[in-house]
Amino acid sequence: MLNIADISKTFNPGTVNEKTALSHLSLHLRPGDFASIIGSNGAGKSTLLNAIAGSFYVDSGSITLDGRDITFTPDHRRSKIIGRLFQDPLRGTAPSMTIEENLALAYLRSAHGKAPFSRITKKDKEYFSERLKLLGMGLEDRMRQPVGLLSGGQRQALTLLMATLVTPKLLLLDEHTAALDPATAEKVLELTKTIIADHHITCLMVTHNMKQALELGSRTLMMADGKIVLDVSGQERAGMTVDDLLKRFRAGTGKDLDNDRILLSD
Amino acid sequence: MLLITQTAFELGFQYALVAMALFLSYRILDVADLTTDGCFVLGAAVSVTLTAAGHPILAIPAAMAAGACAGFVTAFLQTRMGVPSILAGIITNFGLYTVNFFAMGRSSNASLLRADTIFTIMEKALGPALEAARIGSSWCELILSAGITILMGVLLYLFLGTRLGLSIRATGDNRDMVRASSVNPAYTVTVGLCVSNALTALSGAVVGQGQKTVDINMGTGIVVIGLACLIIGETVLGRRSIGKGIVAVMVGAIIYRLIYAIVLRTKVVPTECLKLFVALVVALAIAAPTIKEGVGFEKRKLAAGRKGGR
Repeated sequence: MLNIADISKTFNPGTVNEKTALSHLSLHLRPGDFASIIGSNGAGKSTLLNAIAGSFYVDSGSITLDGRDITFTPDHRRSKIIGRLFQDPLRGTAPSMTIEENLALAYLRSAHGKAPFSRITKKDKEYFSERLKLLGMGLEDRMRQPVGLLSGGQRQALTLLMATLVTPKLLLLDEHTAALDPATAEKVLELTKTIIADHHITCLMVTHNMKQALELGSRTLMMADGKIVLDVSGQERAGMTVDDLLKRFRAGTGKDLDNDRILLSD
Repeated sequence: MLLITQTAFELGFQYALVAMALFLSYRILDVADLTTDGCFVLGAAVSVTLTAAGHPILAIPAAMAAGACAGFVTAFLQTRMGVPSILAGIITNFGLYTVNFFAMGRSSNASLLRADTIFTIMEKALGPALEAARIGSSWCELILSAGITILMGVLLYLFLGTRLGLSIRATGDNRDMVRASSVNPAYTVTVGLCVSNALTALSGAVVGQGQKTVDINMGTGIVVIGLACLIIGETVLGRRSIGKGIVAVMVGAIIYRLIYAIVLRTKVVPTECLKLFVALVVALAIAAPTIKEGVGFEKRKLAAGRKGGR
């Protein structure tokens, strides 16, 4: 499904601020894989997601998704097959437009929305309302309200729905519940799990919650200094505890996992 | 008095197109497009030149096409060449001066003496009927100006409801999201600026044929007047929905022209100070939210000081 071969990225090369964010990183995801990534601050987790989404082009290496080489494909083209959620719930939706209009935009990614002068049809609206019902937030009754009136949790749930409205080949989640209050975060996470399972979506999730990284999905990756230093799945992962994970991290990199938010979270 | 009101409505509808263009570029796309001044003259120049050549109706779409080209240049500079958006407009505007000069046949002004304009054609067609109905053929110009502007308003409203229109609206709201919807924001900005500048040029085209003359400097400050109309309209009608916004620019433009006519007649503000007056009103209107916030904060500070909170 996703094949990342030996990618590197250095920011501000040749200046005092030079920073190697990704260094000869390779990763392969099979269809239906749900991998979570943890790592220290500045380990390159978000950079990896940005590289896959196309926020910048990598300096070397190649990225292949679903058999297509997307290394030099611009981000707005990649978004046809890649769905993405950010930590900031405000980043995924247009606040002054209605829920319906936001969903219509997300629906542009389907072949269906090709004609630029076509309008939102009744059938589209029914489909949106049907999908909104699955969120269980009553948003289907507020479809003509501007998104700016929704809470952060509701907006993030809506963004999740928008990112998966047209089933993506790959879903990128960048700490998408980190800015929400615990109860809402739980709810959005549940929705994420359901949607991913229902549509068999391949998913890559950055998290700072070690327990979550072990419990959710099928695979746990750890990053340090722009590389993947630990990759566990299957039997090995099933019996693992957070302590085991920390030990393995220390053994792998020779230093402690340093992430202020990991230390603070249980 | 009736004549003044009538003229104010005529000019209001004609200049409302500029306000509508700014509604699209400034409000919806969130781009300060300073191509407006030059583009207005471009529309007028193309329109008057073609009318003089005997094609008053063809002159209208031709002027709009010319305006769209000007908008494309500005959009190209800012989306593909990395020129800051305000600067892109200023550069295009500056260049347009020469283009306008040539569009008027290497002259800095042009006039129509006895050529047919869309207004005289309209008067020939509708005049007798209006006279017969005892309305008077002098209303022709108003009917035509209102017709064109309202038609454009309806078209713009319909356009903004299409998928392309929605992505243009989202561009001013959240560019990340536009990209995430597999649409290139550079494309939506380009389309948006082409449409808005076509509207500006249309305004120039109608004004040019209405006044039967065009001058290379007639566009100076049009962008500020357009903004004034936009803000007046929003103050009166609010800025909640797209439909309301479009009606608001028309209402705003007419109110602006009425105020302008009253000021000119009563000389409340000396005529030679008019531009400074308008500039002040526009600056204050745009600054209003910040001023309000500042006043609120000072009040809170004062209240806290009185309580001995510090």
